[in-house]
Formats: sequence, structure tokens, C-alpha cells
Amino acid sequence: MTDGTVANEGPLVTSDGRPLKQSLQAALKQKRRQAFMLTVPLLAFIFIFFIVPIIAMLWRSVENPEVPNYLPNTVAALQSWDEASGVLPGEDVYAAMVKDLQIGRENRTIGKVGRRLNYEIPGMSSLFKGSSRKAKNMTEAPFKDALIKASKKWEKLDVWQLIKRESGDLTASYYLSAMDLRFTPDGSVAAQPENRQIYIFLFQRTLIMSVVITGLCILLGFPIAYLLATIPMRYAGLLMILVLLPFWTSLLVRTTAWIALLQSQGVINDLLVAIGVVSDDGRLQLIHNKTGTFIAMTHILLPFMILPLYSVMKTIPPSYMRAARSMGATQWWAFYKVYFPLTLSGIGAGTILVFILSIGFYITPALVGGTSGTLISNFIANHVSVTLNWGLAAALGTMLLALVLVLYLIYDKIVGVDNMKMG
Amino acid sequence: MVRFEGVQKSYDGEALVVKDLNLDISKGEFVTMLGPSGSGKTTCLMMLAGFEPATYGEIYLEGEPINNVPPHKRGIGMVFQNYALFPHMTIAENLAFPLQVRGMGKAEQEERVKKALEMVELPTLGGRRPAQLSGGQQQRVAVARALVFEPSLILMDEPLGALDKQLREQMQYEIKHIHENLKVTVVYVTHDQAEALTMSDRIAVFNDGVIQQLSSPEDLYERPDNAFVAQFIGENNKLAGTVQEIDKDKVATVKLDSGDVVKAQAVAVNGKGDRTLLSIRPERVAIAPKKLKNTIVLDGTIEELIYLGDHIRTRMSVAGHNDFVVKVPNNSGHHVLKEGEKTTLGWIAEDCRALDYNIYDKDHG
Ligand SMILES: Nc1ncnc2c1ncn2[C@@H]1O[C@H](COP(=O)(O)OP(=O)(O)O)[C@@H](O)[C@H]1O
Ligand SMILES: [Mg+2]
Repeated sequence: MTDGTVANEGPLVTSDGRPLKQSLQAALKQKRRQAFMLTVPLLAFIFIFFIVPIIAMLWRSVENPEVPNYLPNTVAALQSWDEASGVLPGEDVYAAMVKDLQIGRENRTIGKVGRRLNYEIPGMSSLFKGSSRKAKNMTEAPFKDALIKASKKWEKLDVWQLIKRESGDLTASYYLSAMDLRFTPDGSVAAQPENRQIYIFLFQRTLIMSVVITGLCILLGFPIAYLLATIPMRYAGLLMILVLLPFWTSLLVRTTAWIALLQSQGVINDLLVAIGVVSDDGRLQLIHNKTGTFIAMTHILLPFMILPLYSVMKTIPPSYMRAARSMGATQWWAFYKVYFPLTLSGIGAGTILVFILSIGFYITPALVGGTSGTLISNFIANHVSVTLNWGLAAALGTMLLALVLVLYLIYDKIVGVDNMKMG
Repeated sequence: MVRFEGVQKSYDGEALVVKDLNLDISKGEFVTMLGPSGSGKTTCLMMLAGFEPATYGEIYLEGEPINNVPPHKRGIGMVFQNYALFPHMTIAENLAFPLQVRGMGKAEQEERVKKALEMVELPTLGGRRPAQLSGGQQQRVAVARALVFEPSLILMDEPLGALDKQLREQMQYEIKHIHENLKVTVVYVTHDQAEALTMSDRIAVFNDGVIQQLSSPEDLYERPDNAFVAQFIGENNKLAGTVQEIDKDKVATVKLDSGDVVKAQAVAVNGKGDRTLLSIRPERVAIAPKKLKNTIVLDGTIEELIYLGDHIRTRMSVAGHNDFVVKVPNNSGHHVLKEGEKTTLGWIAEDCRALDYNIYDKDHG
């Protein structure tokens, strides 16, 4: 035995006398650096195209630049006004507002303020537009009377309370809207009036529909995956192509194909009428409602359930079922006790894939969902491209992201993400 | 106990994988199906277990035809090559599975599981999962699981195929002992002839869906019925020739292709003019033998010597064949041989069998 291997003579050393631990660390460090270098391009890509946009979204859901940037004088003057006092602000505030309106009209920024405040109280957009036009000619005091003359709304306490409330650089109002809440004029939080409550309902609908779609995918995907995993290779290849075919077709094409099939003058209804199952004026409404969304989304997401299931089933040797049968189990019992439990990791992977994808699905429900079959993401898209309320869109998106993360964590607690097999 | 009667099997309707199988297995017997890969052994076992229907013919279990009995009602224990232990259950749960299916009470289940684990000498591993066991341990559990519900017939399909040589030999003895202690009937499948010879009461040698010979290990080795069996079991020297005459004592006179004329036992030849392969075991050949009556002596050249400790494996050219092997025992004072040396070699006529003229690659795969 050499000295180095005798444990109780101090720490082990390599032949050049350095402690073994230290040498090992150095060797491993080199390896780790190499491994890290290989992942740098991917990390950079993820950072630029994934992390940065998410941070930007988080930021946009709380940022509030309009009032502080474009009404700077008014914001300064409102500092000394007590919004709880019940009296209107003084002449100095009105003077500052006139000044801001004049500057804002010149710089074409006043419309942005109006649009921002319009999210909170309808009519603010036109108020700012109209008043800024008239403010051009307001050169002399009293500005208070002049403004109130221009619009009675300048006499209303809640307008001023709103401006003061939104004068900070950050705002919570987008999140409140996204949760069907609002600030009352006195600054406390309350529920939106019933006819303006929509997002909680939409979140619920999105969740429920996603659960149903995931369930349908399991029900339809399990037998197909089983078939794929158990039939001889040459048939399995063909069937696999059929399963994958949707992946090679544009999402839009598939969705429009469903429209052609499902619409009331479409293939399915024609067929049903032809064989006399439904009468000509009793054609089924299969599209532009929830049914359409269920059918089209289940079809589109099915491969995401089949593939992980298939890859798990492929690893279950047929001898397991045979062993169970030889020990006296019926076909059904063997399936229930042996085969099915072994597919759970695949079901888990498929479920989480399909569920998360369907929670954020957009194009298909937009095209086939009508009004009753649209999901939260359709409203987010609407706010991004139609109402241009990006703050609310960002707040809704962030809540969706949080929801997915929470569900993922719950799933991890119950099933264990380590247990699932993606393929 | 088990009877195959004229059983045939085809998977694709074109080729017969099993051709006219007739096999009788009595109670308590250890019968091995031995044959190269693809010869239809697993198929036979699957038909017996009920996982593949016989295309034609009838299989009887304890006198009852079982063609229409589903596998779970046959009460046959099975050990698979990959063990087929359920990975999501502990060892104890695996063992309890067949008992649970039979609706046995919890206490009795535990008792039986404990006994089964003791039988395979793994009494402490009940709480582990299969993946936490070594290959040998998994193998024992698989055997225990096939036995725990006390079937009277056990089928084993290459159960030791995945083990290394040493462990395999040890398990051969353990399985053999279990068989002797429990007096169960075992139908065992392997492609390893040494394993078959060690363990079996009788061996059915399969080739191409046909049983070539069904006999005890000793008969199989000493008295092969045909060239396939002679070449598949053990080592074998073959000399090609043509039958000149067969006398009434079934002694054939064969003219080798080299021109030498020798006598041999007529086993699988019919008469004058038949092509034949003479089969002689390497350990039955002597170098420079004394010329006695009944001894056949030929000339040979030593091509290669391999020292193997207890014997010296000597490859020679004899009668135009250069792959003639002789095992020279490493006795004290044995004749010292040199490569290239010319010598004589010989054997007793009874040890030489005239078989059919078929040459097989020795394929143990
Ligand atoms: N499920 C099956 N379908 C089609 N052919 C099969 C099937 N199982 C086995 N075979 C064919 O039957 C022949 C015998 O196979 P098998 O019984 O497994 O042989 P062995 O167990 O002796 O190696 C082989 O040629 C094999 O290709
Ligand atoms: Mg086999």
C-alpha cells in the first residue's frame, strides 16, 4: 500500500502533492465550463426571446406613464389637494390643467392621457380631446370657470380623484380590472358593477373547457396510443403518420377544415340531413359555440396526448400482461392493476401538455368558438390589437401565466414532475 | 400431465412455425425444450400457457383439452426471460398478486409471501421495488412469484438468459432443487445445451418446428438420432462418406470420401448408396491406439494444440477433414504431441454413429 491510500494519515493527495479533492475540483471545473459554453447560444436565445418579453409584460401590466408624464403641472398642483375633503381643487390646479392641455395638444400627447383615463371612467377620452381644443383660447384667469364652462365634467369630484389616483408611476388598476374589481372614487377596492364583470367568468370558462378538452384527449388518445404500441411495426408506422399528419398541416388549415365540416350547411349536417337523422331546418349548431371549440381543439391537441402515452406504452413489455394473466388475473384486472398504472407517467405528461396548451389557445377558439366558445386568450388578443389596452392585456397575460405556474406546482405536488415521461 | 397432440402453429398462414408436435409430459417431470433461436420453443410454451392459439391439434392439461380455456383459468405458473416483475409494486406486492387475484385473506397472503421469499433466500427484500434488486435477485423473485400460488405446472422461458455465467450455473442448481423439493412439473425452454443437460429429466431438441429427439440427457449425448442433434449437443466430429453395406446387426460399412473404409453403427441411414455423416465424440478418440478387434484406426496430422489444463485439445486433419478434434487427457505420462506430427488415431466402432447427411452451423443463438 502506498502512503496516499492510508486514510488516517491526513487528506489524500495526488502524486504531485496537491490534495486530491482540490485536483478533482479543478478537473470538474473545466468540464463544467465546457458544458456551460455549449448551452450559451440557447441560453442567450431563451433570454432574449422568452425572459425579456415576460419581464416586459410584467412591467407593462403595472407601469403608468401617461398621467405623470403628460400632465406634469397638474400632478404637481394636485399634491396639496386632499381628495377625501369633498371639495373641488382650487384655481391653481385648474390653471395647471389648462397649461397641460395646451402643451399636450401641441405635442399630440393629450389623446394618450384621455385614452388611459377612459379605461377607468368612460367618457374621459372625449373630455380631454374636447377640452384641449377649447383650452387653446383660455389665456386668462379664472381658469376654473373657463374649464367648467367647456365641460361640466370638470366640476365632478371623481374626475379629479381619478387623476390624482393615477398620478403615480405604477398602478394596480389593470390588475383590478383583470379581476373584475375597481377603485371606488374614495380609493377603496370594490367589485365591478355586474354588467361589467367578465374576466373571472372567462378564466373559469377557460379552465373548465381546458379540463374537458384534456379529458376528451385522454379518452380518445389512450386507445389509439395503445393500438400504436401493440400492433406490428409496419402497421404502427402507418398509423403513426396518421397521428402526426396534423402536425404537418397548418393550424389555420385544420381549423378552417373544421369550419367546412361543422357549419350548418357543412358536410356533417348535410350528411345527417341526407340520412334523415335531423330535419333540414333542424340542422345542428356545431360551430361558433362551445361545441366547435371542443371538437376542433381536441382534434388539434390530441397528438400531444398520444405521443407521450405511446412512448410510455412502448416501454411496457407484453410479458407484464402475460405474467399477470398466468397468475390468474382476467384481461380486465391485468389491465387495471398492471398496465394502466404503468401508463400514468405518460398520462401525466400528456395531461400537462394538453392542459397548458389549451389554457392559452387562441386561433382555433377565435375562428370556431363564436362568443360562447372563446377563451381568455382571445380577450387578451382583443385588448392587444383592437382596444389597444396593453396594460390590461399584460395583466391578464400575467395572471394566466401565474395560473399555469400554480397548476404546475400543484401537479408536481400530486403526481411529481420527475415521474412523467415526455418521450 | 401435459400432452401435445398433433399440434401445428402458423402465425401468418404461410409458414408453419410448429409442425406436428407430439409430446407427453408426466407429473413431476423436468422437461426442457432445447433448440436454436427461432425453432419454435417459445411458441410451444405460449400455446401451452394460452397466449397463442394452436392452429391445429389439441393440448391436454391433466387429461382435459385446454384449447378453449383462457390463460388465467389454466393455473400455470410462468417465469419470463425478462422476469416481468411489475415495477410499480414492491416485491411483496408482486408475490401477493396471484394470491390477491384468488381472493385469499390478508393474513394468509402475508404468510405465503414470507414463505416464498424464504424459499428463494431473500427473506428481507419484501419491501423493495424490482429495480432495486440485482439481476439474480430479480430472477429468484420471478421464480418465487410463479410458485407462490402453488401451481402444479411451471413454464420457464429462458429464465437465466440475462444472467452472467457464474450466476447462471448457481441458479440452475437452485431451480433444480426447488423442482425436486416441490415436485412440480417444469417445462423449461433454453437454447443453452449445457443448461439443458444439467437440469432436465428429458430434453426435447427442437429444430425448425420439429422435435428432433426426445430423450434423457445421457441418451441425447451418447446416442443422438440424427446429425442435427449430434452437432447441436456437445462437441462432435463428423466424417462424410457413403454407405456400402448394412448388416443385420445394424453395423454399416462406410467408405469415407478419402477412400478409407470404416465400420459404424447404422442409426439414420437406410441402405447401400446413402450419403452419411459419421459422428464421433472428441473424448472417444485415442491417439496412437492399440490395434484391437473392433477398433478403427486412421492416419492423421496434428494441426493445432490447445492446452486446457485437464486435457489438451488437439485439432487434426483426418480423412480430408481438418477440423477433427481429439481431447487428449492430461494424464501423467501421456504421449507428448507436437504440431505437424503425423500419427494414428482410433476409436471403437460402437462409438461411431452413421447419421443423415446434413451439415448445420453450430448456432446457439
Ligand atoms: N407473434 C409472432 N408473430 C409472427 N411470427 C412470430 C411471432 N412469434 C414468433 N414468430 C416466429 O415464429 C418462429 C419461432 O419463434 P419462437 O417460438 O419465438 O422461437 P424460439 O423461442 O425457439 O426462439 C420465428 O421464426 C419467429 O419469427
Ligand atoms: Mg424464445
